[in-house]
Parts: sequence; C-alpha cells; structure tokens
Amino acid sequence: MKTVRIIPRLDIKGPNLVKGIHLEGLRVLGKPSDFAKYYYEQGADELMFMDVVASLYERNSLHDIISETAKSIFIPITVGGGLRSISDIKEVLRVGADKVCLNTAAIKNPQLIKDASRMFGSSTIVVAIEAIKESNGKYLAYTDNGREYTGVDVFEWAQKVAELGAGEIVITSVDKEGTGQGYDLELVSKITNLVGIPVIVHGGAGKQDHVVDVLKDCNISSAMISSLFHYHFIKENESHASVLEGNVEFLNQKRSFHTFEPCSIEDVKRELKRNQIDCRL
Amino acid sequence: MDNNLKKVVIIDYQLGNLFSVKQACDTVGMNALISSNSEDVLNADALILPGVGAFIEAMNNLKKFGLDVAIQNKVTRGTPIFGICLGQQLLFTESEEFGAGKGLDLISGIIKRFPEAIIERKVKVPHIAWNTVFKLNQEWDNSALIDLNNNDFMYFIHSYYVKPSDDDCVLTLTNYDGIEFCSSILKNNIFATQFHPEKSADKGISIYKNWALINNLL
Repeated sequence: MKTVRIIPRLDIKGPNLVKGIHLEGLRVLGKPSDFAKYYYEQGADELMFMDVVASLYERNSLHDIISETAKSIFIPITVGGGLRSISDIKEVLRVGADKVCLNTAAIKNPQLIKDASRMFGSSTIVVAIEAIKESNGKYLAYTDNGREYTGVDVFEWAQKVAELGAGEIVITSVDKEGTGQGYDLELVSKITNLVGIPVIVHGGAGKQDHVVDVLKDCNISSAMISSLFHYHFIKENESHASVLEGNVEFLNQKRSFHTFEPCSIEDVKRELKRNQIDCRL
Repeated sequence: MDNNLKKVVIIDYQLGNLFSVKQACDTVGMNALISSNSEDVLNADALILPGVGAFIEAMNNLKKFGLDVAIQNKVTRGTPIFGICLGQQLLFTESEEFGAGKGLDLISGIIKRFPEAIIERKVKVPHIAWNTVFKLNQEWDNSALIDLNNNDFMYFIHSYYVKPSDDDCVLTLTNYDGIEFCSSILKNNIFATQFHPEKSADKGISIYKNWALINNLL
C-alpha cells in the first residue's frame, strides 16, 4: 500500500504555540501540549515542532515541550529551528525527538547533512527548504523563516540535499504560507520529480480540497499543516483555558478566517479516502 | 522500582534515540534499563534491540562493546529478545549492503535494499509511512500482536528490509507500492519488527504490553 501522511506543524516561540503569515507576524494561539494532544487523538500521523525564534536562551522551553509531549504521544516527532551542529541534534534527540529538521545551518554548511545522516541515519534527518519565487520566475531558497536571502536555486539545492543523505525534504512556499490560497503545485511537483526521497509539502492550505489536490497529483508523501488545524482546534475549544490565554481575538473577530475553511485531521483524511488516496484513518 | 520485577535491558550501541523505546516500556510497566554494558546484557531477563542508522556501524559498535557475543549467548540460551527496525535486521545472517557483512546470525536470512527499479518508477525511498501489516502463515494469537487486527496500520521508516531463508518465522508481511516484504518475525524467543511499535500509537503500545505479558516481565 502507498499511503500519505498528515502532519500538523506547531510553530513554537518560547512556551507558546504561535502562527504567522508568510512565516512572520506571529500571534500566540495557546499552549503547545494541548494542541499536540488533540492532534494525536485526532489521528495525526506525525507531529512537527518548529522553534521559530530559536534563540539560545529559549531553547530550554522547547526541550521541555518536546519531552513532555514525547512522554504521552506515541507517534513520530520532528523538531526543527536553530539546530546548528551535531551536538544540537544530539540534544533534541536525547530529549525525545525522533527526527530533526535542518535549514539555515544546512545551507551554510552542507557537510552537516552528510555528517548528521551518517551519524544518526538518513531517516532521522529532514531538510527544510523555504522557497520564494522571484520576479523573474526563479525559485530561490531562503533561511530564517524566509528573511535571509541565500541566492541558492531551490531545485539544485533539493537535489544536493538528497545526494548528501537527507531522508526527507519539507518544501515550504513562503509566498503561500499562512495565506490559505492553496499550495504552489508547480514548485512541489518539480521538487518531487527531481528527488527519490519523500517530499513533504508545507505552506498554503486554506481548505481540505487544497490538501487533496496536492496529494492526488504530485507524488507527494505528506502534507504539513498548521493554520487549518489550529483554527479548527480553537473553534472547537472556545472555552478552553489555553486558548483563552492566547491572543486569539483576531480569530474571534473572524478577520483572519476569510481565506480559511478550518477542518479537522479526520475531515481531511476522510476526504482523501473519498478521492482514493490511502492514509491511516 | 519493584525489585522483583524482571530486568529488561534496552541495548544501547550509541546510535539513534532510545527515548521513545524507554517511554513505551515505562508506560506498560516494564523495568527497563538502557545500557551499553555487556554485563547488564548477560544479567538481563529480556532484551530489546532497537536501532536506527547504518547496519555496518551498528555491528561495529556492538562488537566494540562486546555486545554481539553477549546477545548471542543470551538468545541461544532462550532469553526473550525484541528487535526493532535496524534491531530486527541485525538479528539476521548478513546484509547485501556493500561492505556491510555479517549480522548476529540468530535468524537465517539476508537484508535487502528497496531496489533502484522502484525509484525509477517514482516510488520514494526511504519508505516513511503508516502502512498495513497482514498475516502469512503464522497466527498472531500467541504473539505480541494479539491485540492487532489483520491490516492494522504501523509506522515504518526504512530503506532496507529482511528476507528470511524460511517463511515459517514470518509473522507479518507489508506491501509498499507493489513490493511485499517481511515486516515482523517470531521464532521461539526471538520477536522483531521492521515497524516502530513505540511510534504506532495505541496499537503499537499494545505490542510492548503483550510482549511483556507473554514473557512474564510484568
């Protein structure tokens, strides 16, 4: 059987779950462990935690979140954000991550992908590529949540990442991320046709049909989703203490909802099945 | 910790992450210790051999710590062992991987890589997915899979798989986009899975619990 995975992505800043648009303009949504537990119970296939600030002094709160989660959630957990060295990787694996996600450090020092995949196994090393489409139509890789220009061509970089031994690629369209306008199908199709390793698509899902479209036609292994599921969680748990702590007024005012049709993991999976795309349901 | 509880040693050959294996053991109430020490292995009531990473490095590390001989001694004398992912592969005779050589040879058979041909037809390797496990000849009633139904989903992440010389030890098969492979084995005291039960939600944890119950470890 060939199945796809649905992976909720939790962007973390300090002790909080946050969400932005184009990876920026972060808003606090609540307590990460509440969201993680809900997604686990809803049938998430994996979880992704991304430390979006990744400053050194906040690293400990990320570690606490991971080890708390890993004690009661028995699905794979990937952790990314600010991992710069073999010892950083070792540390997040030690506190309970199953895989790590590299970006900035990998572009600056591609040898890190090779060393890390040799040491921890290819399947432990995920490389995130943040793509921005330039006005001339070229896709370039950025780092630091789409802020830092590298000049690296996305497609050349994807091939190199696979050659260096990464086990998976997460391709984020920064242009689409947080907008709910749908995935950049041109970008993801081209990437997945260039590499033999699984590709995870991220950035742009505004309704469940977007997820179905990309998984149906593009030979993509998984979809990584945040806004759709987070907004659904908040809708379903309006009286929830953790949600009340978050700065979710913008959601209650429905301003940010207009491009989104929030749905649950189960909703998405049922829709996939109806479209003859196999997944664990 | 209850001193009467049987001692389970999670064998640490310094590759990969044992956190989730230990969590799964704790959750079902096993007295599990993570150790690289061959003395601990020799004194254990049961062994868990986890693993991610490369076969050759894993065997080298097992040898470096004297763990290979300790495991072989214990398992040939009947101590229960539970191999997971690379840990299952290490129990076999040898790997096809260039230069990888011999495994622990407790089960006769070889380790194969998903063929290049499937990459040519756009099948992704590694196989990273929840996939179904189903029966061949062995029933699951007397195994750690007793609480599973045929075609339940388990979590896989691997590029290599085992091919036993004798189908009698095959407990489950899995089909990855047309390639059917052995995804778990049971032969006397040896139980091993290619999938990760500790990453396969409630059904996966039931495998830890039932393995512990069958071997009187609780």
